[in-house]
Amino acid sequence: MPKYSYTEMKDTRSGFGDGLLELGKKNPNIVALCADLTGSLKMNAFQDEFPDRFIQAGIAEANMMGVAAGLAIGGKIPFTGTFANFSTGRVYDQIRQSIAYSGKNVKICASHAGLTLGEDGATHQILEDIGMMKMLPGMTVINPADYHQTKAATLAIAEHDGPVYLRFGRPKWPVFTDPNQKFEIGKAVKFQDGSDVSLFATGHCLWESLKAAEELEKEGVSVEVINIHTIKPLDEKAILESVAKTKRVVSAEEHQINGGLGESIASLLSRELPAHMEIVGVNDKFGESGKPAELLEKYGLGSGSIAEAVRRVLKR
Amino acid sequence: MALDQSRLMPNITELQEIASQVRRDIVRMVHAASSGHPGGSLGCADFFTALYFEILDHKVAFNMQGKDEDLFFLSNGHISPVWYSVLARSGYFPIDELKTFRMIDSRLQGHPTTHEGLPGVRVASGSLGQGLSVAAGAALAKKQDGDDHLVFCLHGDGELQEGQIWEAVMFAAHNKIDNLIATVDWNNRQIDGDVEDIMDLGDLDAKFTAFGWKVLHMQGNQMEDVVKQLNAAKEASGKGKPVVILMKTEMGQGVDFMMGSHKWHGVAPNDEQTETALSQLEETLGDY
Repeated sequence: MPKYSYTEMKDTRSGFGDGLLELGKKNPNIVALCADLTGSLKMNAFQDEFPDRFIQAGIAEANMMGVAAGLAIGGKIPFTGTFANFSTGRVYDQIRQSIAYSGKNVKICASHAGLTLGEDGATHQILEDIGMMKMLPGMTVINPADYHQTKAATLAIAEHDGPVYLRFGRPKWPVFTDPNQKFEIGKAVKFQDGSDVSLFATGHCLWESLKAAEELEKEGVSVEVINIHTIKPLDEKAILESVAKTKRVVSAEEHQINGGLGESIASLLSRELPAHMEIVGVNDKFGESGKPAELLEKYGLGSGSIAEAVRRVLKR
Repeated sequence: MALDQSRLMPNITELQEIASQVRRDIVRMVHAASSGHPGGSLGCADFFTALYFEILDHKVAFNMQGKDEDLFFLSNGHISPVWYSVLARSGYFPIDELKTFRMIDSRLQGHPTTHEGLPGVRVASGSLGQGLSVAAGAALAKKQDGDDHLVFCLHGDGELQEGQIWEAVMFAAHNKIDNLIATVDWNNRQIDGDVEDIMDLGDLDAKFTAFGWKVLHMQGNQMEDVVKQLNAAKEASGKGKPVVILMKTEMGQGVDFMMGSHKWHGVAPNDEQTETALSQLEETLGDY
């Protein structure tokens, strides 16, 4: 089990930017494309270091996805960067036909996902992206939990041959995972053993889940906290093993309940191991402007809401 | 029979003979499948024949990356019959496979795809407007690798109504992707009617010029001009600007009752119509 302890506040997008720079130094086939959000995606360092391998695509995301597919045909490993909203919904058909169906080795890297984008509001707070991307055959979908994990994931997806959706966020967020932990696509990471309930969390909600577990421990509830950083392919073995032990399940994510991680887990369990389950996510609503913590609280994704979901599932 | 690519370049008459056989293939494929898009396929038969049998420096032993060879991307994927015929007749896959077009378990899908591993196809197309971006990306990769080969692509005129096309047009000019040669099949027909009635493209020459492209014009159903303009496009490449050929064609070219309207964009001929059509197209290389 990985050790974890809070060290500092740092944004996951910086993990992407730092990972990308490291990749650029290691592999001359890595190319990066950005749709006029180089600073926001923390791609400046790569751009400065490798100007010949950085492509400014302008505010034209559909074209950027197609160009990335073409670069992949030419043997490059393209990393596209823009906000999660413009990385998915805006270009879904381009991804579907030119990248996913065509089996192109493109890494779609998406920042500012979810409510924690904050003040910009619902136009930019995409909460449907995991669902859209996990439905595409052959697409790998990853949502890391903190700076270190995002950096490690960025390095790992370059080694994977095939299209990947890498989702991360805007705000400074607690850094708590082990910087030396190797990122294994599709392999869940257990953060805490427990016997009463299995709590599966992805992205920013992993930290909230660890806080919830701490609170619940004071009430005598033993929570097993497992990080599902890869929503697809889902680590079915890790989930089934944990649920076989606890018989009670809670999932937590910064995404719509429809189409999210919880839905994937529920689908698995309904087939293999039916169990009582609560899904913490946004319940068929658009977000709004506000501070990240306020938004998580208001939309029921904070540690308090996760703890409540655990209490509910234990009563069932 | 597959043609021997190593022989001397075919002359215009030979190309016309190949194109006639390609047109027969198109009609027979669409008839057998009872579906498909004969109109645009017939209109572009001369272009495809010239491209694959005269212009492209390509390898029929297919390699996805296509390093050190010219590449071609079909953006208006619905005219797959003409591409499949020319790929097969060039030797990319057995000519006999043309009979599987649009059938279950075939590599010859209704719209072209890499999914079943058909040699010659590098990206799926069919949802319109995407191919120019992909071709631009592939051309950029060649530039990054110091590979001085060219990237060709074909688009429908109606397809130019898609916004992504103009994103890619801006992108290619801004990045001086001058190893890219796009062709627009300007037959002025789309599914619902004439392009100028559905959504007029206006002065395409002026538009591409204003966007920073080198513009050439071609009579796409006159083989001599097709070869001449494709060679002119090659000459025009490498000079800092992407190149576009505005290619005038007749939808349904070669089959009299399919010409002169948009009606045969995506309709298969029945048995009788097929017989009539084939009587107008000489069998030059042997039917599959």
